[in-house]
Formats: sequence, structure tokens, C-alpha cells
Amino acid sequence: MLITQMKDKETILSLVDNKKVFIINCQGCMEVHFPEEEAKAFQKELAEGGNVTGVITTDYICNPDNMKLRLKKYEKAIADAEVILVFSCGVGVQTISDYLEDKAVFAACDTIPMPGFQGVTPLQVDCGQCGECYLNLTGGICPITACSKSLLNGQCGGTKNGNCEVDPDMECGWERIYRRLAMVGRLDVLNCPVQIRDYSTDKETAKKPETEGN
Amino acid sequence: MRITELFDKGEFVISAEVGPPKGTNIDHLVEEAKTYLTDVTAVNVTDNQSSVMRLGSLATCKVLKDNGMNPIFQMTCRDRNRMALESDLLSAAMFGIDNVLCLTGDHTKLGDHPGAKPVFDLDSVSLLHAIKCLEEGHDIAGNELVGEPPKFAKGAVVSPCSDSVDVQLAKMERKVAAGAEYFQTQAVYEPEKFIEFMEKAKQFGVPVQLGIVIPKSVGMCRYMNANVAGISIPESMFDELKADKEKTKAGITGVEISARIIRECKPYCQGVHIMAMGWESKVPDILKLAGIV
Repeated sequence: MLITQMKDKETILSLVDNKKVFIINCQGCMEVHFPEEEAKAFQKELAEGGNVTGVITTDYICNPDNMKLRLKKYEKAIADAEVILVFSCGVGVQTISDYLEDKAVFAACDTIPMPGFQGVTPLQVDCGQCGECYLNLTGGICPITACSKSLLNGQCGGTKNGNCEVDPDMECGWERIYRRLAMVGRLDVLNCPVQIRDYSTDKETAKKPETEGN
Repeated sequence: MRITELFDKGEFVISAEVGPPKGTNIDHLVEEAKTYLTDVTAVNVTDNQSSVMRLGSLATCKVLKDNGMNPIFQMTCRDRNRMALESDLLSAAMFGIDNVLCLTGDHTKLGDHPGAKPVFDLDSVSLLHAIKCLEEGHDIAGNELVGEPPKFAKGAVVSPCSDSVDVQLAKMERKVAAGAEYFQTQAVYEPEKFIEFMEKAKQFGVPVQLGIVIPKSVGMCRYMNANVAGISIPESMFDELKADKEKTKAGITGVEISARIIRECKPYCQGVHIMAMGWESKVPDILKLAGIV
């Protein structure tokens, strides 16, 4: 089971940066606990500013065919938006980011593990449930799962022909991240402070998080 | 002595690398270093190089220092978490070892303990940050140190001839922001690529030492081309190595190529770092032929 926990408001607002935003809520699989009320209240507040081009609340955005079908109706609202804000687990954000590759797609939630059965996705994209989602610094590609060393601060020296030193059939995760950031004009995020993992939120060591009030 | 002091004086800094043995006897290593590395300012000691378990870098640095040499303590993030790395940095400072080179490190799967847990709790960038924290008198978690904080010359690496050079430059910039004060490069065989890289890298304002790995044989070069990241050896160099087999076997061709690369790149960099990989005895000839000693 997973819990998606909203990032703090200031963080999300700084990502939106007063730009036009389209919101995607995924209340998908039963195994994922979604902060429904909190998200609704926050989105209402955001909409009052007049910059929200549309909101979709759906499920299983990690299934690309399903997701594309559902987003079809919102093509214009998505085209009008400069920022796509996704309230889902890490897999959902990565699927959207992959689909809307020329848009700035941001994660509004952190994904925290809970004991028990995990949601199942047929995709290559993966979420490490690290509890402090990095997707907003990496163009929507997870450095924890896309890099063999889970590096947070950029490519190591082991890239050969754009592929990973551990698995020559796997494209270097940071190569993909760099390319995506360049494509959406966001290479400036590489000037962010040094990133250091907090293993107290990691799925192997995390204590059971508080769920009340979510 | 911190090698940053030499860069500050505008010196062309020469360093070489030694690799500790897989055992406890380092008499041979020390003798070779004392005999052949007299003209180098600092000696790097590798840290479980290529993910192969060996005698420790810190212990070897201490022995070299006791023998009058100036060691550079190489640290990778593969085998230790942040606590162990910080603790070893304090140990190094206590021994008076004040040059550190920070690397992420090869993955455990590439070495002789493929089943070992790869740590990578920190990476090269956050390790540089951790050193900066210690120098400020606290650890990476914010806890105060007791007494005088350590001071290191903080080094890092970059691959100028990587096929992902823009991504490498972005990482280099992050390393500089995290506190890197000098760079040593992956082996360079194509001076024109290095010069092009330096044109872009000079904006960061940190000294760069050109990396040299002596080309020993056609086989070694083929292996590196196929397997070693950030290295590409042009076909013309293979022809050169093939031309006179005896000369190549005697190491003369490798020395000539290395010296030529240094001469061509010297105007664009601030030093040279020679990774001799067992051919330490060739280092004096290379330096002489390159005209830098």
C-alpha cells in the first residue's frame, strides 16, 4: 500500500509560480491512499486566483491508454496551461510527464510506502517510494529508479554511449533527465542546492506515517 | 601540503596515481613511488579502484606521507555511508593528509565483489558538500565538531571526452558549486576534444589537470575503447602502436604518445595527472619528453 502525501503549499505554489495550470488528480488504485480533502481545499484556493485552466479527477493514470483517453476531452485546457500539476503517486507523475513531454509537469505529492501489498503497474517507470519526491528537479524522470546508483546530483562517470555502466542495455537515467530538462527549458533546476537523501523517510527504514487528517 | 596552494601560485601541477595492492605488503609500491615519482608534486592513492577490494587508500596515504610524499586521498561513495566517509575524513586530517579527491565510484557489480551492497548514500557532489561542512566546523547533519575544523584541498573528476559532454559539464558545475577546488580528468587521447572542453569549462574558474593513461598496447586500447566510460582512442593511435611492435612493447611508443598529448594540451590546462597503472617507471621519461620537468 502507498500513501500520497501532499507537499507543503509553499512548495507547490513556488512550482506553479503564478502560471496557468492544469490539475490532474489520480484517485486510482485501492492500495493508494490519496489526500482527497486536502487536495480539494488547496485546488479550490488555487482556482480562485483564476489561473487554473482545468481539473480532472480520474484513476489509473499509470495506465497510458486509459490516461490518454481520459485526457482527450481536456486537450484545450492542457494546451492553455504552462504547468501541469499532478496529484498522484510517483508512477502517475512519470507517466504524465512522459506523455506531455513538452510541458513542465510537477509532482504535488510525495509517495510514502505502507506495509502490505503494493499497487501494480505494467510500466517501465517506477517509484522508489522514497517519501521525498524528486521529480520536480528531474523533469519528471525518477533519479532513484532510473539511475543504477540512485544518484541525486547528476550523471556519474560511468556513462558509455549514453548507456549505464551496470547495464549497457539501459539508457543512463541522468542522460534522459538532462535531455528532458533541456527540452522543457528547465536546465536551471540543475543549479538547485546539493540534494542529500533522507533515509528516515525511505521505505526500508520509515516508520509508519501518520495518515489521520489526510 | 594542499595542492590548491600550488594552483594559486600559478604552478603547472604534476600528480601521478598509485593503486594499493590486494594484500598488506606495500614495500614495492613505496619503493616505486620513491624512485619514479620524485618529480611529481602529489600522489593519488586509489580507493578500491574498479570496485576491486584492496588495501585501503587512507592507510596507504599515511605510509606515503611518512615516506616524505604528498598524498591525495581518493574517496569513492560506493563502500561507505556518510558517517563512515566523514569519519575517514577526520582520520585523514588527523594524519595531516589534506588533499582529497571525491568520486562517486564504479558500481559494485563491475568488480570482484559483485554481490556486495552498493552504498552510494552520498555521491561526488554531496561528498564535496560534506567536506565543506566539516571545514565549517560541523558534520553534514549539522552537529558541531570539537576543536579546530579540518581544511582540505577538495578535488573532483570530470570526463572531457565523454560522449555526454554537456551532461558532464552540468555535473562539473554542480561540483564547483558544492566546493570543488580542482579537477583531474579521465584519460584524454584526443587533444582537440580536450581543448574544446576546456573552452567551455574555463567559465567555472577552477584549475584542471589533464588526465593521462599511458597506452601500453593495442589490446589495452581496444579494451578501454570498448569498456571504459569517457575514453575514446582514435584509430590513428592504433596505427602508431602497431607500427613498431618492439618499440611499443618497450613502452617507448606509449611514452611518446603521452608526452605529445601533454605538450598539445598544456596551454589549455593547469596541470597533468598521470595514471601509470603499473608503468610508474615510465613517468620520468614522459615528463622529460613533454618538457615539463
